[in-house]
Amino acid sequence: QEAAKYEKKVLVLDFVLPTPLGNSWGLGGTCVNVGCIPKKLMHQAALLGQALQDSRKFGWQFTEEVKHSWMTMTEAIQNYIGSLNWGYRVALREKKVTYENAYGEFVGPHTVKATNKRGVEKLYTAERFLIATGERPRYLGIPGDKEYCISSDDLFSLPYCPGKTLVVGASYVALECAGFLAGLGLDVTVMVRSILLRGFDQDIANKIGEYMEEHGVNFIKEFVPIKGVELSVTKTTSGLWRLDDLPFEEKTQDLNLTWQSTEKQCSLYMHAVTDVAERNCCDVLNKWKFRTGKIPVNDEEQTNVPYIYAVGDILQDKLELTPVAIQAGRLLVQRLYAGATSKCDYANVPTTVFTPLEYGACGYSEETAVEKFGEENIEVYHSHFWPLEWTVPSRDNNRCYAKIICNIQDNERVIGFHVLGPNAGEVTQGFAAAMKCGLTKEQLDNTIGIHPVCAE
Amino acid sequence: GKKEYDLLVIGGGSGGLACAKEAAQFGRKVAVLDYVEPSPQGTKWGLGGTCVNVGCIPKKLMHQAALLGGALKDAQHYGWNIAQPVHHTWSVMAEAVQNYVKSLNWGHRVQLQDKKVKYFNMKGSFSDPYTICGLTKSGKETIVTAENIVIATGGRPKYPTHIAGALEYGITSDDLFWLKESPGKTLTPFVFNVSLECAGFLTGIGLNTTVMMRSIPLRGFDQQMASLVTEHMESYGTKFLKRCFPTKVEKLESNRLQVTWKNTELGTEETDSFDTVMWAVGRAPDTETLNLEAVGVKTNSETGKIIVDAGEATSVPHIYAVGDITEGRPELTPTAIAAGKLLAQRLFGQSSELMDYENVPTTVFTPLEYGCVGLSEEAAGQCYGSDNIEVYHAYYKPLEFTVAERDATQCYMKMVCLREREQRILGLHFIGPNAGEVIQGFALGIKCGATYPQLMKTIGIHPTCAEEITKLHITKRSGLDATVTGC
Repeated sequence: QEAAKYEKKVLVLDFVLPTPLGNSWGLGGTCVNVGCIPKKLMHQAALLGQALQDSRKFGWQFTEEVKHSWMTMTEAIQNYIGSLNWGYRVALREKKVTYENAYGEFVGPHTVKATNKRGVEKLYTAERFLIATGERPRYLGIPGDKEYCISSDDLFSLPYCPGKTLVVGASYVALECAGFLAGLGLDVTVMVRSILLRGFDQDIANKIGEYMEEHGVNFIKEFVPIKGVELSVTKTTSGLWRLDDLPFEEKTQDLNLTWQSTEKQCSLYMHAVTDVAERNCCDVLNKWKFRTGKIPVNDEEQTNVPYIYAVGDILQDKLELTPVAIQAGRLLVQRLYAGATSKCDYANVPTTVFTPLEYGACGYSEETAVEKFGEENIEVYHSHFWPLEWTVPSRDNNRCYAKIICNIQDNERVIGFHVLGPNAGEVTQGFAAAMKCGLTKEQLDNTIGIHPVCAE
Repeated sequence: GKKEYDLLVIGGGSGGLACAKEAAQFGRKVAVLDYVEPSPQGTKWGLGGTCVNVGCIPKKLMHQAALLGGALKDAQHYGWNIAQPVHHTWSVMAEAVQNYVKSLNWGHRVQLQDKKVKYFNMKGSFSDPYTICGLTKSGKETIVTAENIVIATGGRPKYPTHIAGALEYGITSDDLFWLKESPGKTLTPFVFNVSLECAGFLTGIGLNTTVMMRSIPLRGFDQQMASLVTEHMESYGTKFLKRCFPTKVEKLESNRLQVTWKNTELGTEETDSFDTVMWAVGRAPDTETLNLEAVGVKTNSETGKIIVDAGEATSVPHIYAVGDITEGRPELTPTAIAAGKLLAQRLFGQSSELMDYENVPTTVFTPLEYGCVGLSEEAAGQCYGSDNIEVYHAYYKPLEFTVAERDATQCYMKMVCLREREQRILGLHFIGPNAGEVIQGFALGIKCGATYPQLMKTIGIHPTCAEEITKLHITKRSGLDATVTGC
C-alpha cells in the first residue's frame, strides 16, 4: 500500500496453504486471520467471563448458571475477520495494487511463477521483490499429529468446541490459548518441556504460570520424552484421542489434542528452496543459512540478492510482531521510492502477552540486563499492586507486579520495563515511547501519576 | 519555648498524610489532625480525606460497576448466555464500596501508628502561628504546638446560594457515595467533571439521569474533547438539558423533588420531578473554621484558597499548605501527595527540590473515559499561535468493540505539537476505554521532552488502543479523513 502511494506498479501474491486438517483463510496474513486479532477477541471473551463474576459483587444480579457458546463466539469473530479480509481487498483495489490469490515461487532472476487454486500458472517479472511470507506452526513429527491434532491455524475457526484440551508447548501462543480456553470454562492442560515463555523475563514468566495454575489451568511440567519411547496418537472408540506412552502416571488418560510449538519454521520458504535447488535455476538461496530456515537481511531489510528484500516473521533474528513488520515494510518503501533514510528501529520494541494475567514488556529482561551490564550495575525497582477494580470482588491480591530495570552507569536510564496486570498493553505503550526518549529513573519519579489507575 | 511537635498537619487527606508520613521517616515528631464536618445531609466518614472517602476511590468503583453493566451486554455477543432480565441493586454495590473505603480508613490509621505519627480526630483552628486549638466531636479542647504547620484541609462541595430548596433537598457527591438506598431518578445541575462522572455511572447502572448545564461542559479542559465526552454520554442514555439553570427545588407530597428551571435558549420555564438532586457546582476550600485571620495567612479574595509560593509556603513563616486548599494548583490527589512529600523532604531532609506542576496528566472517568496530559488545543493555540502548532488526530475503533457491536463514534485521539522542526509534543488527548492506563506512560514521555518523530519511531503494541497514538499521522490542517482503517 505504501509503494502504491509513490505510483509504483505493485503486485501482491497471497496464498494460504491449507492446514493438515484442511483449514484456510483470506487476505491479511497471520495477524488478521490466525494471530493477534482472533486471539485478542477470544481473550476478551474470557475476560468478560471474569467480568460477569465480578459484576455480581458490584451489585449486578442474574442467574447463577452462565454458559458459554463456542459457536456464537467463533461465528462473530470469523465474521469480523471476514470483514477485514474484504477491507484489505478493497484497500488494495482503491490504491491500484494488483492482487492475485496465488502461490509464488522464484523461477529465475527477477521472475516469479504464480500458481492459483486451480493450478493455473502465470509468470511475473519485477524490478524488486519483497518476501513477506511469514511462518506456519510446526508439528512435532510424531504418529497421529497431523491427522488428529490442531494448531493455532485451526483453533480460531474450529467448528466445534475444543472441549477438554491438551496444549503442548509453553510459548506465548500456547499460554494465551490455554488461558482463554480455561477462561471460557474448558478443562485445559498445558504440557511444558522445560521453561515457560522462552526469551521472556523468567521471573515474570513464572508468575504468569502460577496465576494460570491458581485459576484452574493444569500444568504437566518438565515433560521430557524418554529416550527410545515413541509417542503416538490414536483415536479411541469413545471418540476421544489418546496420547500413548506418555511418561507420566495416567498413561491411558483420554485427552483432546491441540498442537502448539515452541519453535517455528517457514515452510513456504523451504518449499521454494527445494524447487529452486531441483531446477538449479539460480544461486539465489545458496548462501542463506538454513539453521532455522529464516532469511537473514541487512539493516535495510535487503537479502544477499540486491533486488530482493524481506520483512516480517520470515526474517532471521528479528522480532515476530505485526507492528514491527508494518513499520519495517513502510520505511523500506519510503527509502526505495521517497528518498527517505530512516531505518526500522528494532531497539526497545514493546510487546504484550495476552495471558489471563497480561504481561507488557519493553527492553531488557532482568536476566539479559544482568548478562549485558553486570548485576552490580543495574538497579531493579519493583512493586506488587492490587488494581482498585479487584478490591470489591476480593480477588487476586498481590498478583499484579511491575518492575523497571535501570542502568546505574548511565544516569539510571530505564532499560527494561515489565508490568503484569490488566490492560498491560495499554499501560506499556506510553512507557515504550518514554524509553525511546531516553527515560531515566529521575524523570519517572518526577512524573505525576493518574489516580486511580494501575499505570500510576 | 519548645514546641510539642516538629510538624503538625491539619487535614488527613492525600496531601496531609503523605507529608506527615514522609516527615516521620526523618525521625521527626509528627501529628495529624483530621476531622470531618458532617454534610448538610448528615453524611460523614473516616480518615483519608476526599479521595479515599468521597472522591477518586468510590467514584472509580461505581464507574467500574457501570462498566461491568456494559460488559454484561458485550458478553452476550462473545457467546456468554445470560438469562434476561439483568438487575442492578444499589445497596449491594454501595455496601461493598463503603466497606472497602472503611478498610482504607483503617489502613491509614494503622500506617500512622506504624510510622509513629500521632493522630487526633479533632477540628483544628489557629490560636497563634505555632499553636492549634483542637476540638473533638464532644466539644473537648486540646492545645497542640508545633514548629511547622501544614494546612491540608482540602475542600467541600458548594451549594448554590440563590436557589430555594437547594440546601434542604439537594445532596452533593459527599452524600452520593454513602447513600444506603438508590438515588433513583437523578438530576445533576451544572457541569464539572464530578457531575459528569456521577451522571455517567448512574446511567450505567440503569438509573434515569439528567445533567443540566448552563454553558459549557468541563470548563478548563479541551473543548473538542469535552463535547465528544458529552456526546457519548447522550448516546449512552444520559439526558442533557442544555442552556438551562435551576431556579427552585420543592418537595412534593410523594417525597419526590420538583425542580423548576429556566431554559435560556427558548426563554421558557420548565419543571419535572426527581428522586434526587445532586449539586456539582464546584468546591469551596475548607478554611472557614481555621481562624486564618488570627495568624495572617493570606487567601485569594475570589476563591478563598490559601496563597502559597513555589515551596508551598504561605504568607506566614513556618506555615505551609498543600493540596486542594492551595490557590492555582490542580485539585488532584497525586499532586497533593507529591507536593506533601517534597515539602517534608525540604523541611527535614535537606532537599531543595520543588514541586513541578507542569504536564500533570489526568483522566475523567466518564462512561467513555478521557485522559490527557499537557495543553489543550485552545491553550496551545493561544500560547504559541495556531500557525505554529500542528494537531495530529485520529478516530479509531477498539478491537473489543467490533464483536460487541458497540458504537465507537467518539473514540478519538489528538496530539498537539509545535510545528517547528523538532516538533515537541505540547499536549496529548485520548478518549476511549482505559484512558488513564493509556496516557500515564506518555506523560512520562512528555516529561522527557518527547517529540513527534520520537513517538513515530516507537513501535506499537498490537492490538491495543494505545498503539494508535504511535501511528498518528493525519493533521487537522490537511483536512483529510482521520478515521483509522485496517489492521
